[in-house]
Amino acid sequence: MINFVLQRLLQCIGVVLALSIVLFVGLWLIGNPVDVLISSEATEADRQAAIVALGLDRPIWEQYFNFLVNAMQGDWGTSFVYKEPVTTILLQRLPASLELAFVAFFIAIGFSIPAGLYAGLKPESSFSKAVMGFSLIGVSIPTFWQGMLLIVAFGIALPFFPVGDRGNVATYFGITSSLWTLDGWHHVLLPAFSLALLKMSLLIRVTRAATLEIVRLDYVKFAYAKGVHPVRIVFVHILRNALVPLITVIGIELGNLLAYGVITETVFSWPGLGKLLINSIKVLDRPMIVAQLTYTALLFITINFLVDILHMTIDPRVRSVMGKRAK
Amino acid sequence: MSEQFFEVEGLNTWFFTRAGTFKSVRDVSFNLKRGEVLGIVGESGSGKSVTGMSIMGQVEKPGKIVSGSIRLDGEELTELSFDQMRKYRGRRIAMVFQNPLMTLNPLMRVRQQMFEAISEHEKVPAAQMRERSIAALKAVGIPSPEERLEAYPHELSGGMRQRVVIATALLMNPDLIIADEPTTALDVTIQAQIIHQMRSQITDRGLGMIWITHDLATLSELADRILVMYAGAMMETGATAEIIATPRHPYTSKLLESVPSNNEPGQRLKQIRGTMPSLLDLGEGCAFRSRCERASPACETSPPKRSFSSTHHAWCHHPIEG
Repeated sequence: MINFVLQRLLQCIGVVLALSIVLFVGLWLIGNPVDVLISSEATEADRQAAIVALGLDRPIWEQYFNFLVNAMQGDWGTSFVYKEPVTTILLQRLPASLELAFVAFFIAIGFSIPAGLYAGLKPESSFSKAVMGFSLIGVSIPTFWQGMLLIVAFGIALPFFPVGDRGNVATYFGITSSLWTLDGWHHVLLPAFSLALLKMSLLIRVTRAATLEIVRLDYVKFAYAKGVHPVRIVFVHILRNALVPLITVIGIELGNLLAYGVITETVFSWPGLGKLLINSIKVLDRPMIVAQLTYTALLFITINFLVDILHMTIDPRVRSVMGKRAK
Repeated sequence: MSEQFFEVEGLNTWFFTRAGTFKSVRDVSFNLKRGEVLGIVGESGSGKSVTGMSIMGQVEKPGKIVSGSIRLDGEELTELSFDQMRKYRGRRIAMVFQNPLMTLNPLMRVRQQMFEAISEHEKVPAAQMRERSIAALKAVGIPSPEERLEAYPHELSGGMRQRVVIATALLMNPDLIIADEPTTALDVTIQAQIIHQMRSQITDRGLGMIWITHDLATLSELADRILVMYAGAMMETGATAEIIATPRHPYTSKLLESVPSNNEPGQRLKQIRGTMPSLLDLGEGCAFRSRCERASPACETSPPKRSFSSTHHAWCHHPIEG
């Protein structure tokens, strides 16, 4: 197990390095940011000065090496546009995105797993049919439209929730977040629900499908034949086995929530990371793009790593296969 | 010990689907003494497995026991509530399934799966559950059972897993074991070992066993009595020797002829022409008539029960007379 974890960590670092090279080279070839940044009336001398100031006159490998060394020290360079360290800008925006994503995640998980499990166990009940109908609507409506509907319904027509912005923030344990205040929660619930809706609907369907498949299997029938109590059968035999395929999907969806909340953040004018990436790409703000894409990649690599570990904890078959491979 | 402790009478288990009603089990009756093995033989769709599930009270929707009586020591099982029946499952009636690779939960250790068969019925300290599990594993011929207890199913071979399943079924010392094709998925040498071990457990412990199979050859070595089923109905029943030596129902006779070991090398295998009729539109008459060489217009009506000895009966208009 430890062997495997170490090996996997090394692989992760390898992937991050490879990705940083691809990103860096790719961006270097896309176009010259200097042309975007300096005003059209600037003299050639100004232009040269800007190039030197940004370090763009050095060979590409030297630029990459400098970037890497700095990045490891937490210095991701200075944004071409904001003239501020990238790290500072990202850290300003990141908490907002994270809190939205995590609230959405727990809404999605908290509803979809019990509902999907029930729908799989009692597919004929009217509650199950209602759940499936709900999830069909959830996967069908585009996120931006569904977000606007929610605003119209619960922000304006029935003004239960404030719309726009993050609400009050507070700092505890060195973390500044709106989740420490009631007002913050009040602000986050509606956008989080909007963001969660699609994931929730998807997870309901995956949970239901997995449950339906497992209920029919012989080991469930055998558990019944042993006289095991139905509650134990559902939670120990069915749910645990259903979690094996579910964890993979949950991992991917968590990554999506954290990295691609753009639409919801835009609709609800949520001050998160979402729009930052789009704007940075528009003006070729190279350090910003590199930092954000690396963040996204790191996110998915971390989540995949955690998913693998979870699989190993749950499923002994995975453990033995992975254990053998790691030797 | 020789009294009939288990009786099934006039059992009808039907499946109510959108396409119509599948009468999977029709008027099936049999009984069982302690220490006795009853073999139920039939091809797929003959209703033999549904009969087993009916006894367990585990018929799946949209299936339902429509009528009939299932009695264990005189107690009517079909009238028990789900929870009352649950307390009998595993403790008084145990079941062994066909595919040993699928019968154990892949995520749980053998220990956990055996212990829960005990702990769901009685409060027993772990040390005692362990002792009983090890004893049960030893009884079915598993070497070093202490280690096997900690194993996960995927670490055991198919034969080993089926032994674990059988040991689990024996844990609570049930009165009746229903074995639904327990050796079909195993290779022949393992099959023979397991059959031998189960037979000796049945005799030693004085249990009753219902062995469901499509394989008449294995049954002839194991069963005391045989019930032949076709399309949900009983065709013939009798002592094993009677069925094998003097089959009276044309279907039984065809079934015996199709056992490959009766053939000379190079000879074509005998088969029964045609396929089983749909369970949807079975009329009054004999279900086998469409494939039967002895069929006559009389076979359109319900076949009469003919007795050839106190134990040997066939439901047929034109039985093969000795």
